[in-house]
Amino acid sequence: MLKGRKYLFIFLTGLFIFFIVTFTGCGKQKDNGQTSPVSGTLTIVGSTAMQPLVEEAAVKFQTKNPQAQIVVQGGGSGTGLTQVVQGAADIGNSDIEAHEKEGIDASQLTGTKICVVGIAVVTNPNLKVKNLSKKQLKDIFTGKVTNWKEIGGPGQKVVLINRPKGSGTRITFKKFALDGAEEAKGMESDSSGVARQIISKTPGAVGYLALPYVNDTVNTLSIDGYAPTKVNITSGTYPVWAYQYMYTKGRPTGLKKTFLDYMLSTEVQATIVPDLGYIPITAMKVTRDK
Amino acid sequence: MTKSSFSFKTDSWLAKRKKYHEIGGKALAFSCAAVVIILTLALVYFISTKGLATFFINKVSFNEFFLSTQWWPDRPPINGGPKVGALPFIIGSLAVSMLAVLVSAPLSILVAVFMVEIAPVWGQRILQPAIELLAGIPSVVYGYVGLILLVPFIRDYIGGNGFSILAGFLVLAVMILPTIISVSTDSLRSQPRQWKEAAFALGSTHWQVIRLVLLPAARSGIITGIVLGLARAFGEALAVQMVIGNTRKIPTSILDPAMTLTSAITMDMGYTTTGSLWNNALWTMSLVLLGFSFFFILTIKIVSKRG
Repeated sequence: MLKGRKYLFIFLTGLFIFFIVTFTGCGKQKDNGQTSPVSGTLTIVGSTAMQPLVEEAAVKFQTKNPQAQIVVQGGGSGTGLTQVVQGAADIGNSDIEAHEKEGIDASQLTGTKICVVGIAVVTNPNLKVKNLSKKQLKDIFTGKVTNWKEIGGPGQKVVLINRPKGSGTRITFKKFALDGAEEAKGMESDSSGVARQIISKTPGAVGYLALPYVNDTVNTLSIDGYAPTKVNITSGTYPVWAYQYMYTKGRPTGLKKTFLDYMLSTEVQATIVPDLGYIPITAMKVTRDK
Repeated sequence: MTKSSFSFKTDSWLAKRKKYHEIGGKALAFSCAAVVIILTLALVYFISTKGLATFFINKVSFNEFFLSTQWWPDRPPINGGPKVGALPFIIGSLAVSMLAVLVSAPLSILVAVFMVEIAPVWGQRILQPAIELLAGIPSVVYGYVGLILLVPFIRDYIGGNGFSILAGFLVLAVMILPTIISVSTDSLRSQPRQWKEAAFALGSTHWQVIRLVLLPAARSGIITGIVLGLARAFGEALAVQMVIGNTRKIPTSILDPAMTLTSAITMDMGYTTTGSLWNNALWTMSLVLLGFSFFFILTIKIVSKRG
């Protein structure tokens, strides 16, 4: 009985060592392969608004280049920028420019504009509000209006669903939809997906989502009569949109450069980008400088 | 390997070998203990230096951090920022954990009495494994169940929008049940049989024995269990974060959403850069958590010494 246990222990230890050796072996191989641009590992962290696009592109990229391993994580734009500066991530995704975030040494980073994303105001599907003027929107998000009845809706309390302060979606929304006005305190949810889930289930809830996250579980609003459609965004009549950046520390090299080039290739820009609800930069008729 | 293979060795050799084993064993145990002590001290030192930087490097006053409700760590100085008032989070943490204990403690103590005194066999066989199972469920599962069942239930039948302190402390109350129950059970079981028998001999009923002899005798163990439960509730992050609604305001009713210290840290930690005021303020919150757990442990020590 005891002997049997001993053998089992030795067997398990052997198995453990075997796995460690195998995996570290793998790790080494990848390190060696970093000189070749289509193999190695990449860690991409940041904006949850951009996450579906980068995930989809990473899957396609890895099918074409089985030697490459790309890990895509969310966390928010602030996280993306912080981690790429600290060297914890290879590429940081962000909806905001690096110099807009305090405490980030933007001179270390090189940003590549990948595409544009629109941000929509969404409410609980049972709330039959279709349009808000910019003033009404500001009143709601700054806490002046606390009941939908005050702006002609049903007698229902307004429940604000915010994103945390480091979220690029929140920063963009505050800048272009609220013209910089300070938001009232509301519930915070740490990712776009969770925010949508809460909005879709909570009566009277209102929040903002990047367009790729918008689906029929939530009710999408127009601002000043303009719906967040591709036509309205590219012509500039719908104001709430953001450039999507991918940041690297220094100039992109090796696999980072290969992957960034792939993100800008027609393969991604003409299929994945529009399919998921993003807008290619080339389609924009208006530009924003800085 | 076996004893026989050493039989030809001399006695002195065996004695020497025994001595070396003795020294080796002691050294091993000592070094392991040292590692744990050094680790604890290093952690306390690290969290303290980081946490105190808010006050001594960023010059935030104690009053602002502990008594202000203004949390604007990213607001530029032109607009009157940055401000790092953590009072809403401290209140949120205290409120949910205290309320959780208030719900959980009476329930747990009665369950412990049931298991030890009223139905020892049945309790041992069915209740014990059930409670161990409860202790083994990961906190994310508690949070998820709370999010899917409890939050809509509160919204539809009690009021508010569901995400609330009520949801938070109910989830916590279930989570800390096993801690309080198992410590209380052990304490009740370890009471001398004679006391119980003496009480019976004096003509007490079973309930009187439990209420007047067993529970007072087991008091220190039960309090230890409650404080341990409180400590666990105070430190829990994930499950509470999923149901409490994460709003940076002081709650005025149990149906209001709130935010705890732990969820304030996890919400923001990714966005901040090392060395910034925002980052240091998060470390100060960690220090506050650490301070509370010191306080809890101290309470347990004092109670068990007196008990």
